[in-house]
Amino acid sequence: MSKLDVEKIKADSAHLRGTLLESLADPLTGAISEADTQLSKFHGIYQQDDRDVRSERARQKLEPAYSFMIRARIPGGLLTTSQWLGMDRIAREFANDTIRLTTRQAVQFHGVVKRDLKRTIADINQAALDTLAACGDVNRNVMAPPLPSLSRVHRQVQSHAEQLSAHLTPATGAYHEIWLDGKKLLSIADEDEPIYGDTYLPRKFKAAFVVPPQNDVDVYAQDLGFVTIVDNGDITGFNVTVGGGMGMTHGDTATYPRLADVLGFCEPGDVLAVAEAIVKTQRDYGDRANRKHARLKYTIDDRGIDWFRGEVERRSGVTLGKPRHFAFVANGDAYGWHKDDTGAFHYTLFVENGRVRDDGERRLLSSLRAIAERHRCEYRLTPNQNLIVSKVAARDKARVDATMAEFGIENSVRASPLRLHSMACVGFPTCGLAMAESERYLPSLVDKIDAVFADAGLADAPVTLRMTGCANGCARPYIAEIGLVGKGPGRYSLFLGAGFAGQRLGAPYRDNADEAEILDALEPLLRGYGSERGEGERFGDFLVRKGLVHEVSEGRLIHES
Amino acid sequence: MTNLAASALPLDDDQNQRLQRAVEGLSPEQLLWVSGFAAGLAAAAGAQHAAVAPVAAVGRRLTVLYGSQTGNGEGIAEQLVALAKQQGFAARALNLADFKPSALKRESLVSFIVSTHGEGDPPDDAELFHEYLMSDRAAALPDLEYSVLALGDSSYVNFCQTGREFDVRLAELGAMRFAERVECDLDYDAAASAWSSQVVERLPELLDAPPSPAVTHLRAVADAPVHGRDNPFAAEVLVNQRITGAGSDRDVRHIELSLEGSDLEYEPGDALAIIANNPPSLVDEVLDALSLDSEAIVVVGEEPVSLRAALSKKTEITALNLDFLRRWAGHGNSDALHTTIDDADPAVLTEFVTAHQVVDVVRRYPADIDAQAFVDMLRPLSPRSYSIASSAAANPGEVHLTVAAVRYEAFGRPHWGAASTMLADRLDAGDRVEVFVERNPRFRLPSPDTPIVMIGPGTGVAPFRAFIEERAEQGAGGESWLFFGDRTMHNDFLYQLEWQRHLNRGNLTRLDVAFSRDQRKKIYVQDRMRENGAELYRWIQRGAVIYVCGDAKRMAGDVERTLIDIIAEHGGVDCEVAEQQLKALRRAKRYQRDVY
Ligand code: SRM
Ligand SMILES: Cc1cc2nc3c(=O)[nH]c(=O)nc-3n(C[C@H](O)[C@H](O)[C@H](O)COP(=O)(O)OP(=O)(O)OC[C@H]3O[C@@H](n4cnc5c(N)ncnc54)[C@H](O)[C@@H]3O)c2cc1C
Ligand SMILES: Cc1cc2nc3c(=O)[nH]c(=O)nc-3n(C[C@H](O)[C@H](O)[C@H](O)COP(=O)(O)O)c2cc1C
Ligand code: SF4
Repeated sequence: MSKLDVEKIKADSAHLRGTLLESLADPLTGAISEADTQLSKFHGIYQQDDRDVRSERARQKLEPAYSFMIRARIPGGLLTTSQWLGMDRIAREFANDTIRLTTRQAVQFHGVVKRDLKRTIADINQAALDTLAACGDVNRNVMAPPLPSLSRVHRQVQSHAEQLSAHLTPATGAYHEIWLDGKKLLSIADEDEPIYGDTYLPRKFKAAFVVPPQNDVDVYAQDLGFVTIVDNGDITGFNVTVGGGMGMTHGDTATYPRLADVLGFCEPGDVLAVAEAIVKTQRDYGDRANRKHARLKYTIDDRGIDWFRGEVERRSGVTLGKPRHFAFVANGDAYGWHKDDTGAFHYTLFVENGRVRDDGERRLLSSLRAIAERHRCEYRLTPNQNLIVSKVAARDKARVDATMAEFGIENSVRASPLRLHSMACVGFPTCGLAMAESERYLPSLVDKIDAVFADAGLADAPVTLRMTGCANGCARPYIAEIGLVGKGPGRYSLFLGAGFAGQRLGAPYRDNADEAEILDALEPLLRGYGSERGEGERFGDFLVRKGLVHEVSEGRLIHES
Repeated sequence: MTNLAASALPLDDDQNQRLQRAVEGLSPEQLLWVSGFAAGLAAAAGAQHAAVAPVAAVGRRLTVLYGSQTGNGEGIAEQLVALAKQQGFAARALNLADFKPSALKRESLVSFIVSTHGEGDPPDDAELFHEYLMSDRAAALPDLEYSVLALGDSSYVNFCQTGREFDVRLAELGAMRFAERVECDLDYDAAASAWSSQVVERLPELLDAPPSPAVTHLRAVADAPVHGRDNPFAAEVLVNQRITGAGSDRDVRHIELSLEGSDLEYEPGDALAIIANNPPSLVDEVLDALSLDSEAIVVVGEEPVSLRAALSKKTEITALNLDFLRRWAGHGNSDALHTTIDDADPAVLTEFVTAHQVVDVVRRYPADIDAQAFVDMLRPLSPRSYSIASSAAANPGEVHLTVAAVRYEAFGRPHWGAASTMLADRLDAGDRVEVFVERNPRFRLPSPDTPIVMIGPGTGVAPFRAFIEERAEQGAGGESWLFFGDRTMHNDFLYQLEWQRHLNRGNLTRLDVAFSRDQRKKIYVQDRMRENGAELYRWIQRGAVIYVCGDAKRMAGDVERTLIDIIAEHGGVDCEVAEQQLKALRRAKRYQRDVY
């Protein structure tokens, strides 16, 4: 796939049309053409195959078990219950009976076959959501903090996120043409792609808003971040952050995770102008020759943050102010019931690794359907793959509890603090890039690490633990206190020492470790932490303070330990 | 034996004179030796017909007309002609497809050999003749003397239907039956030989000529293959691979066998016969149902074997037949069973015979029986045919099959087919299975430049894999178009990767697929043909040969009707004309079927 010249495919695609219609109509294969697999991403669609049966199918002289992952874009993760019910129907009719909540507050469907693709996309749009630009070399789902402790600020930040999302949506009519039977465009000369141009961005681009002191969206992992500065309950503006990103490639030290830098301060009215200038600067200066070096983080490291600020100010006409002070305390979610400043209630539900499905007694999919059908509320997806049943009136609280109990999900918050702070990417069997198990494996590993925690007297200690099936870092493992990054079947690189609020990268601690080696490595460290930690001291901070792992001050230095 | 009538000679005058000079003055012994020498030369040169026909009674000869789908009847016809010639009579064998029906009135002595297929239908190659014979157009046949050998399978209700129809109708048309009709079941060898001998014994009288003594014991020294029906080859299994996906409710196997060490040869279009054994669990069930001792010794043929061995390897217990039903009913004196057999309408009876296995019957209508009497009621286990799915050129020393395992639930127990489940479940790589090649000259690739249209849903696609491999190997220039169908694309697209590759490389020009369960409305190959009717008609106009392989029950008929409709619609003719045109195509060997 990497052999494919994505830049050429984009340029020849007539604004992302390519030969998608022909590919969809080809009855001899469940796949689309190789070039179209690059373009479909811009429409929110990834071609995948069931890796569990890949070799078996080859022996059967059958092509791989192709199906498609569809990602719906949901700015800030905010959904009405009727939108949720639409997603629920699609999951059961076209996908594998699950809804996957993502680390970017979106939802994914897995296992949609080609002949159902068009109807699925149409149904998603029917439910007043869309999938355009959920993937591809464009701005992705815009994140915003879902926990509305301050409802007014939250509403405003959400509105900024939605505006930014709309502003950065590609203008191409290809999506309507292909999926929604929109009118065919005769020539792309008649169609303007004002922000992106004909070849879009060199690489994916991610933006998020955050409201300190919670860093639930992991703003340091974003290409573009807006740190909300609140004064007396009002938003005065945003610190703009740039150049965050997680992905790297095992063994390639030119690639690295990187935390975002603060670029400066902007007023609420300048958000769109600043964002557009940043996107366009990356569009023009990002590396289009090497996709492994094409993210904004490399553009900034290569050219310097001051040069970048100059470009942005020049293009936007906005002079950025001195950054305001802010501080984060955590990047996780707060579970259970919370009451906001208007008196409404919100219940944060732990969804292990974001997978919403019915599993024996625990019928999560059914329960969320029932809650949506029976109660007045809205749903908010969190950046930690969880779900908030939101805006519940005080008198309905007990009834929501009863519905959750009916479907066996009421005790979700009784999981250990470690599990509640854990997250895994999708990995096998759908992710084509996975090298090791992730979502399917983490739960059982947590059981084992929990036992070590208990032995070390840490049963109540929240520690962030994140696992990914490869070095791309979809669950942001490099900013978890314990990060496990898949390298081969049953083998992981272990990263330790990251900050609890996602403010410091972890350092590589073990390479290629199997389960026993992981547990062996953690055991003495956790025992030490259990007996020697300071008051309120976090595990990552403890390891760095004690010199047990070295502090990674900058992403590009991560390989130097 | 001198001065042969020139008209009967395959020699020109000059050759004739040289021959006369060469044999002048030889003794009878010397003459015989020379005839043998010449026959040997002929065999070495690959001549088809073994002995030079001696010319007794010029103008009067035995014509053997056969209609044969799987080659059984054809083999018998050839043996009969050889036997007649050996005895010095003029005889020839002709496939009914190559015989002009109206020419029958000019024949004086004909032996018919014809099998029954489908549900009481004639074999494909006899279809046109059958239609003519049964029609009002058929001419009176006052000068014809005839006999009929009918081939069939007594598990079908319409046992030997076509042979019976021939026999009755010929008599109606005024022809004289010189020997009673003989009906053969699947174990036809003995009955067919007896009938042939009887025909040949009557020849002196019928042809009004004595057998010619000069050539009585002359036999062709042709290199008959050592491995054949009578001497199957134990082929090693190389691959036994399921080729339907895990989610499929059908189990189709790709089987590769080694022909290393045999002299078996095949061409695309041929079939491979498999000597099966019965599922061990079914043998146990039968033993259990009858409370018989598995080690009891019974005689099958001439051979004493244990009852278990007889039930495993010698007798049919998966497929039921009417004969057995009658005998069992007689033995147990079961009124209920008698009623089923005698009163049911044929369709119901067919259904009964198809769905039940022997064990279902003996359980439902129990009776005591001893081992030998039971075995005597059963038919010998017959070989099963499988279309060869490989080109020998592309896979030297190997033969590949595409086998659908027959497994279904009925009467509260699982039913398994004998051969297909043996191949699927009871043979692993390294095991051996007995096989022989069944030639199928009526299903052959045309010249490499001729376009071909292949219609092969399900396992019917097997011979087309062989066709395309062969054409790829030849670098054939002719275009090819395959229609394939099955239940789902995801799990039942047999050889999907290979077809994709053949398309990419240009070995296959076009592929249209119909997956019946991938959408609410069922779609079959004939629907795809119809959708592409105009194009398909253009291919036919361009000289394409059309092949159909697979299910005979429904598919073959539906496809044929569709072809007629397409010819009618796009050729602008009415259906009757279209039907005639399709028949003409069949006569021209441009419409070939291998359906089962
Ligand atoms: C679903 C999700 C993980 C999850 O468990 O929730 C996910 C899943 C995939 N990611 Fe991701 N990424 C997801 C968040 C992330 C994040 C986290 C974030 O954005 O905050 C990152 C790290 C941040 C970053 O971008 O650096 C991330 C970095 C990647 C990368 C590496 C990008 C890089 O430039 O280094 C890839 C591979 C690539 O783009 O070449 C990737 C590629 C993929 C693909 C699409 C694999 C592929 O390209 O074929 C995965 C699909 C797996 C599947 O079967 O569903 N994903 N991916 C997340 C969906 C987010 C969304 O709704 O948009
Ligand atoms: C020329 C020719 C070519 C062939 N090519 C192929 C080929 O390429 N691939 C292939 O798989 N087969 C092919 N066949 C069919 C094959 O020869 C066998 O008939 C088939 O495999 C079944 O044999 P068996 O011994 O397993 O089953 P048997 O023991 O013979 O039992 C089969 C019997 O079970 C009954 N039965 C089967 N299914 C059901 C059902 N669903 N409900 C009720 N009763 C049922 C019927 O009475 C059937 O006759 C071909 C046949 C011919 C004549
Ligand atoms: C698909 C199929 C259908 C058959 N249908 C009948 C039938 O209806 N009646 C019958 O007596 N024999 C039937 N038979 C048995 C054949 O007539 C028998 O196998 C015969 O020996 C074939 O001779 P042939 O090879 O010359 O065609 C059928 C065989 C097959 C393969
Ligand atoms: S981290 Fe790797 S394995 Fe996991 S979802 Fe992302 S790309 Fe796939």
